[in-house]
Amino acid sequence: MFVIRRLGFYLATTWLALTINFIIPRLMPGDPVQQMFARTKQNANPANVEAMRAAFGVDTHSSILVQYWTYLGNVLHGQLGPSISYYPANVSTVIGAALPWTLVLVGSATVISFAIGTLLGIASAWRRGSWLDHLLPVTAFFSAMPYFWLGAVAIFIFSTKLGWFPLSGAYDPDIAAGPNLPFVMSALHYGALPAVTIVVSSVSGWLLGMRNVMLATIAEDYVLLAKAKGLSTRRVVFSYAARNALLPNLASFALSLGFVVGGAILTEVVFSYPGVGYVLFQAVTNQDYPLMQGLFLIITLIVLLANLVADVAYVVLDPRTRESRA
Amino acid sequence: MKSNQPWSLRVGVGLLALFVLMAVAGPWFVGDPSATTDDISAAPSATHLLGTTNIGQDVLTQMVVGARGSLVVSTLAAVVAILLAIAVGVTGAVIGGISDEIMSLFTNAMLVIPTLPLVVVIAGYAKQSGAVVVAIVIAVTGWSWSARILRAQALSLRRRDFVLAARASGEGTLRIVLFEVLPHLVPLIAAQFLGAVLYAIMTQAGLAFLGIGSVTDWTWGTVLYWANNAQAFQLGQWWWYVPPGLCIALFGTSLVLLNGAIDRIADNRLTHRVARHRWARKDRGLTPTSDAVDQEVPV
Repeated sequence: MFVIRRLGFYLATTWLALTINFIIPRLMPGDPVQQMFARTKQNANPANVEAMRAAFGVDTHSSILVQYWTYLGNVLHGQLGPSISYYPANVSTVIGAALPWTLVLVGSATVISFAIGTLLGIASAWRRGSWLDHLLPVTAFFSAMPYFWLGAVAIFIFSTKLGWFPLSGAYDPDIAAGPNLPFVMSALHYGALPAVTIVVSSVSGWLLGMRNVMLATIAEDYVLLAKAKGLSTRRVVFSYAARNALLPNLASFALSLGFVVGGAILTEVVFSYPGVGYVLFQAVTNQDYPLMQGLFLIITLIVLLANLVADVAYVVLDPRTRESRA
Repeated sequence: MKSNQPWSLRVGVGLLALFVLMAVAGPWFVGDPSATTDDISAAPSATHLLGTTNIGQDVLTQMVVGARGSLVVSTLAAVVAILLAIAVGVTGAVIGGISDEIMSLFTNAMLVIPTLPLVVVIAGYAKQSGAVVVAIVIAVTGWSWSARILRAQALSLRRRDFVLAARASGEGTLRIVLFEVLPHLVPLIAAQFLGAVLYAIMTQAGLAFLGIGSVTDWTWGTVLYWANNAQAFQLGQWWWYVPPGLCIALFGTSLVLLNGAIDRIADNRLTHRVARHRWARKDRGLTPTSDAVDQEVPV
């Protein structure tokens, strides 16, 4: 029941995102397609213009509702139109090439960060009053730092000065891309520094969130009872206190995901990492509006999917959501 | 936490005052941030305390002038965002019923949509837009978190006697929101405002870094944009890109520290019953479990 309700919510949100995407170019005065070409100062060759029109459902002869309908149909079929800067490649092709890099980099960094932050939050709540409390102002500093700036500092220290990591890119260009060991090792080597900077800049949010909820949970009677029963500390902390404290933290994980992903994709720009963040930067630089809009849609869809996964985890952790609510 | 509370509050206020002073008065004492000199990519020295850029601009001057730009944009964005959050969150909670459901659904939907790519799309169309447009775009996409928090708190006020009394005596919704509910939310709104400033300054920096908005209006983000443009990261010209990021991070830290202090004050005022309850429990050891944890279950 819970999952179905959430599914409905995500469908509504997807629809909202699609609609925003449809409306924005049309809020600008004039013909959006002509505008696009005018801004890019490119030759609006009629074939291009027509392709763009078809992809965006922009047809000045038909009503706005018909345009909207055509647009929804195109998006559902994965037709996001041709990219301006990568012409004649399609937006979906360009994004498709960049997406795996971001999914692996940002995805794994976010999961690692959430895990570390949660564990540190549990520890700092359990040992409140100890030296761990002195870390809190430090976490405030880290949470207020632009992700991409930390990336730049990391490049200076670990790449320029120490030479431990490459300056930019996602893998050694001398190695053929493919599922072989040298390539994977190279990708890990290139991805390590961006991943670590994303973890370091996002970990404090999860830490503080978990600590706050955990402090409230520790004060609960069932935790006291568990202690009184003489259960091992590990069991009291993880099976009684942390398991319950994790629920609100998981909910806020889902809600903050959009912000974290936004910050993380900027990290790619600093490292010239060929993911969606870097493509977004290219799109802005080249005023490639179809690509920008396609990226917005794809990133939104993925964040929504990740939210759904977090919700399923919620159901696994919280038996109350599994009961059918009469 | 308790032990370092005065400490963190003092540091927070001190840092914030420093940056506000820098933004308000600083630009009068420095020259033109775009003016070039013959010192190209010079490391910090007596003439240029923070060194120069690749075309010989003084980084310190850019930092001081950028402080004003960054603070103005983020404050403006935060004010608009909080007004939107109050309009949607508090009003929805007071009205209740189906319109509250819809507003709440809208708030939650806006919350999970990743804002950065959305802002990029909107601001990208308004390309050569000035600081005000960027601020408004940030606000329009960034109000939802505050709206959610304010709504949750307003919901708990809605059944209180004084609100019911106001309603029974025929007060209008607007009057109830403004004069009955809002005064109780002031600490929370203050905390949300600081959070919104932090969000806005980070988003603005990200946007400027991508080259969105006017890249000739000086903000800390613009300095980072030019540094990235000139490959300062790769060339190891730390004096160029470390100061703007550090300023953003320190300014943000002051907000987070202040926010924590306000949160605790707000917490004491709004949930004093629960707080006392917990205190009592600590003394006696046994009380019935109740409303101790504010579990935030998604819709």
